[in-house]
Parts: sequence; C-alpha cells; structure tokens
Amino acid sequence: MIDKKIYIWQRLSALVMVPLVIGHLAVMIYAINGGLSVAEILGRTQDSIAWLLFYGSFVLAVSVHASLGLAVISAEWFGLTPKIASYLSLIIGLVLLAMGSHAIWAVTFASH
Amino acid sequence: MLTSEEKQPSPDMLDVAVHRGGGNMPATIQHYQVPRQDNQTVLDIVSYIQHYIDPSLSYRFACRVGMCGSCAMMVNNEPRWTCRTHIDKVVANNKIEIAPLRNLPVIKDLVPDLDPFFDKWVKAEAKHHPSASRHQPMHLQSPDSPERKRADANIECINCAVCYAACDTVTNQPDYLGPAALQRAWTLLNDAKDADKQTIWNAVSGSDGCHNCHSIGSCSHYCPNELNPMLAIAGLKQQTIKQAFSLTSLLEQSNKHDR
Repeated sequence: MIDKKIYIWQRLSALVMVPLVIGHLAVMIYAINGGLSVAEILGRTQDSIAWLLFYGSFVLAVSVHASLGLAVISAEWFGLTPKIASYLSLIIGLVLLAMGSHAIWAVTFASH
Repeated sequence: MLTSEEKQPSPDMLDVAVHRGGGNMPATIQHYQVPRQDNQTVLDIVSYIQHYIDPSLSYRFACRVGMCGSCAMMVNNEPRWTCRTHIDKVVANNKIEIAPLRNLPVIKDLVPDLDPFFDKWVKAEAKHHPSASRHQPMHLQSPDSPERKRADANIECINCAVCYAACDTVTNQPDYLGPAALQRAWTLLNDAKDADKQTIWNAVSGSDGCHNCHSIGSCSHYCPNELNPMLAIAGLKQQTIKQAFSLTSLLEQSNKHDR
C-alpha cells in the first residue's frame, strides 16, 4: 500500500506538524491557564494573519498526514484494496480540510 | 499390550502438539507422546514421530546442522530452525507445539509452500544483474569500502524464510515483499558488480516495497544467522528519500514537466 510517494508525503507532513503541535499545545495551555475568555481569545485571533498562517498550515499538514495514515491502517487491518483505500484517504482528507478551514475562517474572519 | 506404568503420563515423556493437514486436507492438531532425551532438538522430536509413531507425517529437512535452512518451523508460535533448537530452550511443562512456517501456504503438515517467498525475491529484483562477462578482467573489490561492508553485513542469508514467517507486516499485507527479499536487494544495491541498480530501486519503491515496513524488528530478532534485515530496509528507505530529493532527480522531474 505505501509506495515512495505516500511515504514522502507522510514524512513531510509530519515534519511540518512537529513545531506546529508544540506551538498548538503551548497556545492551549497559555489560553486556559491565563484565564482568557472567549471574547479575549477571539479578540486576538480576529484578522490575525500570523494565526491564519499557523493554523492554516497545521490544517493542511493534518489533512495530508491523517488521511494517508488512516487509509494505510484501514488497508492493512481491514484488507481494503488500494483503490478503495485511496478513495477513503481522499474523503478523510477533504473532511478534515473542510472542518479545519471552517474553524479557522470562523475565528479569523467571521463577525461576532 | 501396554503396562499400567506406560499408560501413566511420565515426566520423561513430551506432549507434542503437531499441526497436521493443509492443501486439500482439513487442518487439525494431533498430540504425540515422545520420550524426552538429553541433547534433543525439535527436529529430533519430529523425526521420532515420523519414524516410530506416525509415518504419514510430512516435514522438510536436509543438513541437520544449521547450514541449509530447510527445517524451519513454528515452535510454540515462534519461527526457528528446528535442527538448532534444543528442547530445553522451548519446552514448558513437558509440552511443545510445532506448526508449519507462518505467512506461507501449507502443502502438507509441516511443509510450507515457499513459492510465494521466492517469487518475491524475483519481484524485488533481488538477483544479480551482471556487469561483465567471463571474458573480461575480474572486478577488483576492496573489502574495506563502506558499500562492500554494507553488502557483506547481510550476505550470509540462506533463504530459510524465518524472517518472512516472523514478519507481522507480511501477515497483514500478503503482497509485501518481506524482509529477506528486501535485504538481498539492499545487498545488491551496495554491490559494485551489479549493473542495473535503477531496476532494483524501482522494484523496492513500489506499493509492495520497503516503505511498508513498520520497523517492528521481528525479522532481526528471529534471524538464526543474526543478520539485521530491519537495518537493511531502513537503508533502502533512507536512500530512496535521498534519491527523490537529489539534484539529479529534481532536474529530471523538471525536464519531464518541460516536455
């Protein structure tokens, strides 16, 4: 199931995710421990290009990494054919991309 | 007629569970009582059953000294050369279970069909691609070059299929080329005398190739020759990535787009 292309895309997306996951955890802990309210958080994320780039690249990397990984696991564990697994990969990738993009749009651009 | 003493289970007797059947026959497990002896190997037990209890038992062996690799079987669910496995290493409560090698079709009883295993060697291009004929001067090879050292590290593989039977990735993905074939491909890629390395690279980089390995390490753990197929596969993965991002490869890709 895993050829060279899938292998490279998974490693590259993981490479992108490593600093982003650390940043994401740090932001979460900071946001919760600091006692920030929803309004305060939105006040910082609204119209923030840095926030958009940080979580935008995170969503892209997650969509690629998770869709490939889950398809490969499904093929190995449940015996899906490579064709069905690649369709599954596409669906998972698009769903993650849509959900992630919607969340980013909502906290960056949507009005209160 | 058996005496009352012989009917009783004795601590000197082994209870041997042997997987029988395969092919068109139903799969069953038969139990045999085999006398325990000093310096007894698992192959001795199988031979005893066939010689003295049940001549219909089929199994495979040749050299009996760990040279040929043909007597490999699953002993208590672990792949082993039975000729080199002393009973003391594997017996528990005077019981032992013997089955044919995992991940391969069974011809009969303890005899696996090794065709899929060897077909994958061919599919992985794990065969020599000659660079010279016998009429040309002999290739001078330094044993100290890093490539030759990498090739030599795994050259002692005798195709016993123990690593293949140990591999969980093969179990889950029957098309996966497996540790033995990929290890031989890595050996040839490091061999200066092989003339068609690109064909090998293509063969090991496909959807059934080296990138499927999860580095579980059973191949290296169980290899009776103490080789390290997992390291060889890691070498394949590393080099395929280096190649993909090498300047030559990127230029070739850009040329393809230009055309």
